[in-house]
Amino acid sequence: MNFLLQNISLPLADFTLEIDARLQCQVTGLFGPSGAGKTSLLDLIAGLRQPASARIVLNDRVLTDIGAGVVMAPRLREIGYVPQDLALFPHLSVRKNLLYGHKKSRETEPLFGLEHVTEVLQIQPLLGRGVRDLSGGEQQRVALARALLTSPRLLLLDEPLASLDASLKAKIIPYLCRVRDEFHLPILYVTHDEQEVVALCDEVLQMERGRITERRRINDRQT
Amino acid sequence: MTAAEWQIVWFTAWVSALSTLVILPPGLAVAWLLARHEWPGKSLVETVVTLPLVMPPVATGLILLKVFGRHGMGGFLHNRLHLDVVFTWRAVLVALGVMSFPLLVRSARVALEQVNPRFEQIARTLGAGDLRVFFSITIPLALRGIIGGVILAFARALGEFGATIMVAGNIQGRTSTLSLSIYQSWFNGEDTVAYRLLGASVVLAFAAVWTSEWFMRRSRK
Repeated sequence: MNFLLQNISLPLADFTLEIDARLQCQVTGLFGPSGAGKTSLLDLIAGLRQPASARIVLNDRVLTDIGAGVVMAPRLREIGYVPQDLALFPHLSVRKNLLYGHKKSRETEPLFGLEHVTEVLQIQPLLGRGVRDLSGGEQQRVALARALLTSPRLLLLDEPLASLDASLKAKIIPYLCRVRDEFHLPILYVTHDEQEVVALCDEVLQMERGRITERRRINDRQT
Repeated sequence: MTAAEWQIVWFTAWVSALSTLVILPPGLAVAWLLARHEWPGKSLVETVVTLPLVMPPVATGLILLKVFGRHGMGGFLHNRLHLDVVFTWRAVLVALGVMSFPLLVRSARVALEQVNPRFEQIARTLGAGDLRVFFSITIPLALRGIIGGVILAFARALGEFGATIMVAGNIQGRTSTLSLSIYQSWFNGEDTVAYRLLGASVVLAFAAVWTSEWFMRRSRK
């Protein structure tokens, strides 16, 4: 992966998010206290927030370049985003949630096909159910599957395990490892939890008040 | 009930339903603009939309009479399209639509505001464009509140009196609605006719409000 976050500037309530980084590991963790600007950074990468300045390039594909007047619409970015609250559509069944953004004609099929993704995350039995009837862990896996089914070029995971208790976390982490190893997708992973960092990430960016204050390598797996 | 009375009930029901249907698309558009966007002149539009709720209906009717009269837009419609509005069923339609528009907009706006914008944002990251987001996420999530608003608007149209009598008059078989006919019957001393029409309007209004309450209760769950 070659992911460039250049000259990022996004004014927030108490400070300005300012980032300059080139990411080349498969899984990069964003680690830091609440309110450090981690979710705002993911929103910005997904195209859901408009920065004052930014140049965001993913594998030679320019997503945002404010200087050049380029702001790609979120729907065209091919970024899978699992927000902290999951945002599963409550009026749709699990199957309809999964198929909402499913691209069938991409060359990545069958890697990101419905059968493969639901098999990896073991959610086939849930397809006919409503999302309100799912447990926290099941909802987590459905949200992850929904993002994967868009055949994304980058996966943004915003504290995907934050709302789960320790035993459920321990059950979900292997699924995230499977996703990482099976789909070979670059992932940006926001977390507060050192255990998740060690289990999943290759590199960690420590963030505080909108800036990267530390950068450390965990594993050597490169994409 | 006599055939003429049934005609009044039927006319009131269908013209109320049609007026609600006609104001639905612009009502949803205005509600969405008010709920989801900030723009210059927003507070002015909010006020104008609310005006028919607070102004005397007769005053609104007088405005409509001037607008759709021969010296206003009505002249243009008559000369170019050979279409008369004032003192026809079209005037009833316009009066009912204008008077119930604020109720529809207010209910739809509240319903749209209650839709978590995060759902719409995530739908966009899943590849959906604005129209698909609106029809597949926003409207379904606000649907119960919108339906409640539609039924309230319909109920308001059923009972409209002041604006209708100004712009459409009370012409038997052409513009007579339940409210106008109840007043006219009572005024003429035809108490039994007034009571029969009263009963019909109570049944219609009860059904509309009860359905609205039922949808509101469901939307809160």
